[in-house]
Amino acid sequence: MTAPAWSDHLLVAPVLLPLATAALLLMLGEQRRTARAAVSVVSTLLGLAIAVALLLHVDASGPIGRVYLPGDWPVPFGIVLALDRLAALLLVLGAAAGAAALCFSLARWHRAGVHFHPLLQLQLMGLAGAFLTGDLFNLFVFFEVLLAASYGLLLHGGGAARVRTSLHYIAINLFASLLFLIGVALLYGVTGTLNMADIAARLPHVPAADRGLLHAGAAILGVAFLAKAAAWPLNSWLPPAYAAASAPVAGVFAMLTKVGVYAVLRLWSLCFPETAGGSALFGGDVLVWGGMATLAFGAIGMLSSQQLGRLVGFSIIATSGTLLAAIGFGRPALTAAALFYLASSTLAAVAMYLLVELLERAREEETDPPLEVTEPLPFFVDARSQANLDDHEVPVVGRPVPAAVAFLGVAFVIGALVVAGLPPLSGFVGKMAMLAALVEPERAAVTAAGAAARWMLFGVLVVSGLLSAIALMRVGIRQFWSPQSRPAPHLRIVECVPIGVLLGACVLLVVRGEPALRFLNDAADGLHRPELYIDAVRGARTVGQSRPQ
Amino acid sequence: MEVVISLVVGVLVASGVWLVLRPRTFQVLIGLSLLSYAVNLFIFSVGSLAIDMEPIVRAGVPADLLHYTDPIPQALVLTAIVISFATTALFLVVLLALRGLTDSDHVDGEEERP
Repeated sequence: MTAPAWSDHLLVAPVLLPLATAALLLMLGEQRRTARAAVSVVSTLLGLAIAVALLLHVDASGPIGRVYLPGDWPVPFGIVLALDRLAALLLVLGAAAGAAALCFSLARWHRAGVHFHPLLQLQLMGLAGAFLTGDLFNLFVFFEVLLAASYGLLLHGGGAARVRTSLHYIAINLFASLLFLIGVALLYGVTGTLNMADIAARLPHVPAADRGLLHAGAAILGVAFLAKAAAWPLNSWLPPAYAAASAPVAGVFAMLTKVGVYAVLRLWSLCFPETAGGSALFGGDVLVWGGMATLAFGAIGMLSSQQLGRLVGFSIIATSGTLLAAIGFGRPALTAAALFYLASSTLAAVAMYLLVELLERAREEETDPPLEVTEPLPFFVDARSQANLDDHEVPVVGRPVPAAVAFLGVAFVIGALVVAGLPPLSGFVGKMAMLAALVEPERAAVTAAGAAARWMLFGVLVVSGLLSAIALMRVGIRQFWSPQSRPAPHLRIVECVPIGVLLGACVLLVVRGEPALRFLNDAADGLHRPELYIDAVRGARTVGQSRPQ
Repeated sequence: MEVVISLVVGVLVASGVWLVLRPRTFQVLIGLSLLSYAVNLFIFSVGSLAIDMEPIVRAGVPADLLHYTDPIPQALVLTAIVISFATTALFLVVLLALRGLTDSDHVDGEEERP
């Protein structure tokens, strides 16, 4: 081996690029708005390009992508960045969410407060770092980076509602971070290392007397992750906070719960696979049943929401629940399907949050000044509404539909189809793959969750899909089919482009479903053969070691 | 020493949790601070509790835990202190902003209705 080539250093770029950009933006000062926006856009698009390049690279390489040693210290001592297919997928999703939110914010939101652009860059840095790091304590640090940025972003735009929900959000996340620290400390105390691969490699040698302490540490760590992934009952903070956040910020936040899911998936697939002896599939039952409870809670919450923002928040909770339950089974086919569902639902959730603002704007223009109290959603039969399209005998056929309304309608239908998992879009493919993996006969008899849990999840998935379809249909009826004529909302092209691109990506996921599913199957296979990851990380050589003598 | 450290951690956690569950924002802030002190002490204790031992290797002394204390928990505590200090300061700012916006120091911005 020789000294790393330039392309090897690309692995650290998703972390360094946003950091450097944030510093540059701070130096530019608040007055030079155009310059700041330009720098921010260029950097974010470059970050997206780098993420896609890394994804293509990791797809072309072997089972595990590559390992990078930023400080060039030998492995258990130094910091490690490790890129595998899962990390590459989430990097692309995070960068895409950031780019979409930034583009949307250029219409007006980035001027609603100070330091929007630097905070967004730091948020992207935290996301990228959390996905790439191979070290438990660095995971904590990157979690804090992305949380600190998210506190600032949540407050962006000001107002009592945002400050109030921020206070709750910060208090809960501070508490979860303390649990994170306790869990890390316990794992360090038992295994004597912080490198995730090294921890996983040493777990089989932990004496039986220490195994209780080890499980306690992992469980406390898991609670911290589950709080960030918004698992029931740790998720009451999510819908109000995300509904209060400004639209582009909420769009990025749709990615934050996936960090919690990612951390659970990474750590549990590494440390507690079926082959882990005394700790095999530790906590799998909790993930499965907790995930199902979360999914049910999210679906019922969607049905009960009166505001569109809260409805999308509950749909994010339902997504988290689906993913956690699927991960808990620890079966490659199910994990691959869950990853497909993760990709499509994240893209759709970001688009829906951006769309919410445009829809609300249409409503505000209709009722000027904006109403404090939102009108109740139409129930199955709205008794008060006398209006019928025929009442005034106005010919409804042939009346032109304004382009903005048409765009909002089509975008909403596509987003709703993906979120509810209805055919023919990507949400359906993901759910269908999950259902197929659930009914396929057991390979091995040893699973943490038995057949009952599998059929239970099957049922909850189908019913929750129905509930979310009903909830979204009610919103659609109120927004688009309500009889009163309303002026078309004013949309800007920079607000429509990100929504269109995100939803287009969902459609692309269906059209190019086969390569996507193959990639995600490889990703799940890699996750369920943790020895590959462990060997790759522990086998990484520093520049000095690999130089020919 | 183990007993003293455990007692301190226990008392800090108990007071911290009680304060975090209170309805006043300032009590929540102090509760979170107490909890972070407790966690910092706890991280220390997972290394090896040792008196009069340093974490930096000296020439001629074998580098093992009999002669040194574990440096990693100290590094972790340092990072954790910095991070929790910064986020607590931010919490304080949000607390003051809420106080200014709602004229109330209740965590929900308004008193509970009986």
